[in-house]
Amino acid sequence: MKAFLRDRKVRDIFWQVLASVALVAVVVFFVKNASDNMVKAGIASGFNFLWRDSGIEVPFNLTGYKPSDTIWALLWTGIVNTLLVSVASVFLATVVGFTVGLMRLSRNWLLSTLAAVYIEFVRNIPLLFFVLFWYFGVLAALPTPKESFDFLGLIFLNRRGLSIPTPNDVSGFHLALLAVLVLVVVQIVLARWARARQARTGQDFPVWVVGFVLCGALPLMLFVWAGALTSWDLPILRGFNYRGGFVLVPEFVALFMALSTYTAGFIAEVVRGGIQSVRQGQLDAARALGLTPGRVVRLVVIPQAMPVIIPPITSQYLNLIKNSSFGAAIAYPEIVAVFMGSALVATGQAIEIIAITLGIYLTIGIAVSIFMNWYNARHKLVTR
Amino acid sequence: MKSVAPPLPGWLAVLRQRLFATWLDTVVSLLCLYVVWRISVPLVDWLLVEANWKGASREDCTSSGACWVFIRARFAQFMYGQYPVPERWRVDLLGMLAAFAGAALSWRVLPRRRELTIAVALVLPPLGIWLLHGGFGLKIVETREWGGLMLTLFLAIYAGLIAVPLGILLALGRRSRLPLIRFASIVFIEFWRGVPIITVIFLASLLLPLIMPTGFNVDRLARAVIGLAFVIAAYMAEAVRGGLQALPDGQTEAAQALGLGYWRIMRLIVLPQALRISLPAMTNEFISLFKSTTLVLIVSIFDLLGIAQAALADPAWVGMNMEAYVFAGAIYWFACFGLSQWSRSREKRLQKAHGR
Repeated sequence: MKAFLRDRKVRDIFWQVLASVALVAVVVFFVKNASDNMVKAGIASGFNFLWRDSGIEVPFNLTGYKPSDTIWALLWTGIVNTLLVSVASVFLATVVGFTVGLMRLSRNWLLSTLAAVYIEFVRNIPLLFFVLFWYFGVLAALPTPKESFDFLGLIFLNRRGLSIPTPNDVSGFHLALLAVLVLVVVQIVLARWARARQARTGQDFPVWVVGFVLCGALPLMLFVWAGALTSWDLPILRGFNYRGGFVLVPEFVALFMALSTYTAGFIAEVVRGGIQSVRQGQLDAARALGLTPGRVVRLVVIPQAMPVIIPPITSQYLNLIKNSSFGAAIAYPEIVAVFMGSALVATGQAIEIIAITLGIYLTIGIAVSIFMNWYNARHKLVTR
Repeated sequence: MKSVAPPLPGWLAVLRQRLFATWLDTVVSLLCLYVVWRISVPLVDWLLVEANWKGASREDCTSSGACWVFIRARFAQFMYGQYPVPERWRVDLLGMLAAFAGAALSWRVLPRRRELTIAVALVLPPLGIWLLHGGFGLKIVETREWGGLMLTLFLAIYAGLIAVPLGILLALGRRSRLPLIRFASIVFIEFWRGVPIITVIFLASLLLPLIMPTGFNVDRLARAVIGLAFVIAAYMAEAVRGGLQALPDGQTEAAQALGLGYWRIMRLIVLPQALRISLPAMTNEFISLFKSTTLVLIVSIFDLLGIAQAALADPAWVGMNMEAYVFAGAIYWFACFGLSQWSRSREKRLQKAHGR
């Protein structure tokens, strides 16, 4: 009997059974309380509310949503707004982050100190502070529409937001986008062919120059051409406000600026760490082989730094998407504000709404981590 | 990276080497100097030179700079929120007690330091709640009257007190031999890490009253503390796991060979070493917890940033946005920067001690 009690397998099973019983008991206790409380408060349950009319006004939407649409459409509008501000901020944060990260590594003491000051400044202050600062501090201090900042008579910045012109006919842009996709495929095929040829015959092919033309210059020309073909809807001052074009509301601008400048500080540190992880011996060896500085960076530094940089940068992107929920603090209509805020107040169905909201963020997170595992498996540095 | 040092360069030579080595360097340096000049001159002007320091009302702010009179007039609110004035000594007393205990316990040669630490960790938190909230002879101060910096510190410290032990347990659970415990820990950790903190605070304030028995009221502030604590515990768990993984398996195996049981191995061998390794990572999580406490604004709890935000609505002080933000931001910055420097210096000392 004593030997039986000391047996590891028996003890393992015992503890696990005990843990699961405790867990189930806690869950049952909470669920029972919740259903009792809901019955008492007269709150409905189930997901039928999603197809009810919402009656909620959303001042900024790209989906053509109206208050007479369903709550489901309201949720979709929130998702689109979250993705819009996230994608725009990821783009700017990456550009600023890489720039500041490289500045931090500069030999020039002044430049590197400036970058360090920026990084330490944004990393040690709460993001909510930046969001409120941009919204109530900077944008509220902007001039009225009549005295807007005017960029070339096309873009206007005032306290009602940023007015930008929109094209009346987007079909040209669709064609250009299609052409760009084709060009990228051509470039990939070309790069493979060039590498295979170099391995076979040793002949070099200027892949980067061709790539710059195919994927950089040519698409730019296509878009300019598409822009020239269509007529534009320009913002024009009528009465007290600008009409025409598209207005990016101040909530969007504030959230966008706060998210991208804040995340850029973290990305800069990641970039610095990644580049510093390439050992000095690698650089010395590359120089000893007679590679030009540009080739040292392209063939030795980047291939070794990128696998170190990409995973943490991906989690920074994920953080940024989660942090876009800070928009709720300034009533930018993203998922949390319109769904967990307005829709919850209108319907009272807390559990369902919370479950859906969390589910959306978890889905995004799982998608990103699947991508990350795939990337890590593919780019694992082969060392001997 | 070290090059052979030139024979005793004067400060001019250093300047030349670091700022004006090539013509490109010179251009970049001059550009940087221009940027610094353009930013710092108006900033210093506004912050100090042209600022207004003396007075009692908005009318005393006559020059173009910052109106620090506003901060002076509302300083007590920034610190205590609406905490009743005659009771504020309790907050001060608690702050002094905590500071004294912290200073005493970080004194390395203190006798019986370990036992004293445990005693303080057990006694001070309940004592703090009693002092702040009252009861048993003290006048009760409802949590909705709390606010300002005091509330920020309360949220961060009490959420941290829950999060650290919970995080350690979750980290151990994630590395457990038992599949069920491992699975439950992974689900818990990944769930809380996967959702935005703002939704967790919403969730805590909406769901906690719902899942408790009828008539059992969870205080509004306690809900926020619990929500924050769960999220940070999940992040803490990952920080601790890093330390556990860094520890060689030989440590556990040797302890098993000595015949120690699981909990004694963890308590005496594994955790003391693993926690020392993961302390910098845990400090970073605490910094991010400290920054996240600002989110309680969303459920109308007025911490330091919330009080700054609320002060903007005062008609007697219209247009003081910048002053309020700069003051609150500076406090957050010094606290977070100080913590991160402390953790960096500890990390360096640790690396030296390990001869790395």
